[in-house]
Amino acid sequence: MDNKNQKASRNISSIPLKAIYRWLGDRIFLVVAFFLGLSIILLALGMALVLYQEGSLSFKEFGFFGFMRGSTWDPGVTLTFGALPFIFGTVVTSVFALAIAFFPALAIAIFLAEYAPRWIGGVIENLVNLIAAIPSVVVGIWGIFVFAPWMREKVYMPLWSWSSENAPALEPILGNPIGYGMTTATIILALMIIPFITALAKDAMRQVPKEQREAAYGLGATRWEVIRMAVIPYARGGIMAGAILALGRAIGETMAVAMLIGNKNTFPFSIFGPAATMPSVIINEFREAVGNLHLSSLMAIGFILFIISLAVNLLAAYITRKISITGGKIL
Amino acid sequence: MNFITNIKKNKKEPTEKTSTSAIAGGEGVHPHDVRMETKNLSVMYGKTVGVKNVSLPVYNEKVTAFIGPSGCGKTTFLRALNRMHDLTREAVVTGEVLLDGLDIYAPKVNPVTIRRKIGMVFQKPTPFPTMSIYNNVVAGLKLVGIRDRKLLDEVCEKALQQAALWNEVKDRLNTPGGSLSGGQQQRLSIARALAIEPEVLLMDEPTSSLDPLSSAKIEELIHDLKTKYAIAIVTHNMQQAARVSDYTAFFYVGNLVEFDETKKIFTNPSNEQTENYISGKFG
Repeated sequence: MDNKNQKASRNISSIPLKAIYRWLGDRIFLVVAFFLGLSIILLALGMALVLYQEGSLSFKEFGFFGFMRGSTWDPGVTLTFGALPFIFGTVVTSVFALAIAFFPALAIAIFLAEYAPRWIGGVIENLVNLIAAIPSVVVGIWGIFVFAPWMREKVYMPLWSWSSENAPALEPILGNPIGYGMTTATIILALMIIPFITALAKDAMRQVPKEQREAAYGLGATRWEVIRMAVIPYARGGIMAGAILALGRAIGETMAVAMLIGNKNTFPFSIFGPAATMPSVIINEFREAVGNLHLSSLMAIGFILFIISLAVNLLAAYITRKISITGGKIL
Repeated sequence: MNFITNIKKNKKEPTEKTSTSAIAGGEGVHPHDVRMETKNLSVMYGKTVGVKNVSLPVYNEKVTAFIGPSGCGKTTFLRALNRMHDLTREAVVTGEVLLDGLDIYAPKVNPVTIRRKIGMVFQKPTPFPTMSIYNNVVAGLKLVGIRDRKLLDEVCEKALQQAALWNEVKDRLNTPGGSLSGGQQQRLSIARALAIEPEVLLMDEPTSSLDPLSSAKIEELIHDLKTKYAIAIVTHNMQQAARVSDYTAFFYVGNLVEFDETKKIFTNPSNEQTENYISGKFG
């Protein structure tokens, strides 16, 4: 028996290694992986470069910061282009959408991660994912035909007529209650990003070690106190990163916003009244952009949007590393 | 069936007593008094038995050690003493656990108030990593709504001194608890448990993740603490049990095999299994 085993092992070790083949396979794989990895960097840089070059006509005409500061967008007569209304519209809608969505989303995540019985949690989780998967054009058409008219009848009109009777000074701030405008777009955006925040926050909370919870329970904490004391602080990195990624999504969201924001290219914007965002102006005007300067200005907006999205994603990565317990260095 | 009727009997006892007598801190308890006691305690995980029909006392101002091979139910038993099994869906606890004579599993008893009276230190150090050292220590007090800064300062210093950590951290109370070394973190966890002035201190293998030096510090600490608390400690280190405890309970596959004074268990056990385990024949 022993003898046989020895024989077998001797046989295995005497099989010649296909050294050259193995060496080659290693190298080929390394080279392929290296270039694929590198290509992502090149792709991102290339896109930024192309956008910048295409927009450079506009940057030359108005100056880089002049373009960003310019508040007139007139492709018809004066051919003056400024991105400020769209930057403003994008920032306001997405930041407020995040503000509206954050706490409900966190509450849903807490419910899913901490309270829900397994089967209810599973059902809700799948529904949340389903909502995230609805194409934004479908959300947009629902917004156009159901949500916006409803908001107009039930919210904007009553408020507007109240203000016209009692506080006429408010009217320009509130704006025309046509139903399609900043508030409608912001609320729809909030609905669209809730699933993202929920999913990421839930995952972060589920990763909190059992020991942390037990330590809090052991001190005599109630369930909510355990969540507040042990779970949320531990998961804060994931929660914040999720929120910022959702903000990035809100900034880039195009279709639903373009369908609902009313598309008004010039200041003044108002709370209920129409406005525009960077993505919405691009999608609305790229077909009619006949003049070089107009097209170049749209490209320039695209470039700014690219930079802002990049910055938001970098910020998310930075925050994750800086304040998370699980992801980065323990504080 | 016996223990179910026990619970029912106990239900009739007024449970209000629990809160009043407990807050008083069990005045008039003498060293050899029984602080906690289990009667026919069983813990089941679904159909798997964790602990079967264990009855044993935990004496005041004494250290009671639970020893036995892995999976023998000693940790399961310890966790039953402050209702930690409430957090596990599958776990079912039957029988009685008496704290100062009152059943902590009685229907009207709130597990939260029980856990405030029975502090626990876990196997792994569990400071809240985002909180400062100071806030870690007073976390339990802040939970009950104590905001008086002066009182919190006092308690914090006292607890850290009891846990033999004060001198090492007094200059950096505001740094995060996660920045300490493993042994310091464990002593911080102990300080946090002491800050709420529990009546009983449960320790679940408190030194198993520590180096010998930190372990020695914690053993010393246990020795000092027993003048004030009833301590129950789970350990898989027999020498440790012999060093720190006054009473020892030997568990084997979910059963309490023997409970006696530590001296007797380690010199002259009455059970053959205990003797085999102590002498290193298995486990």
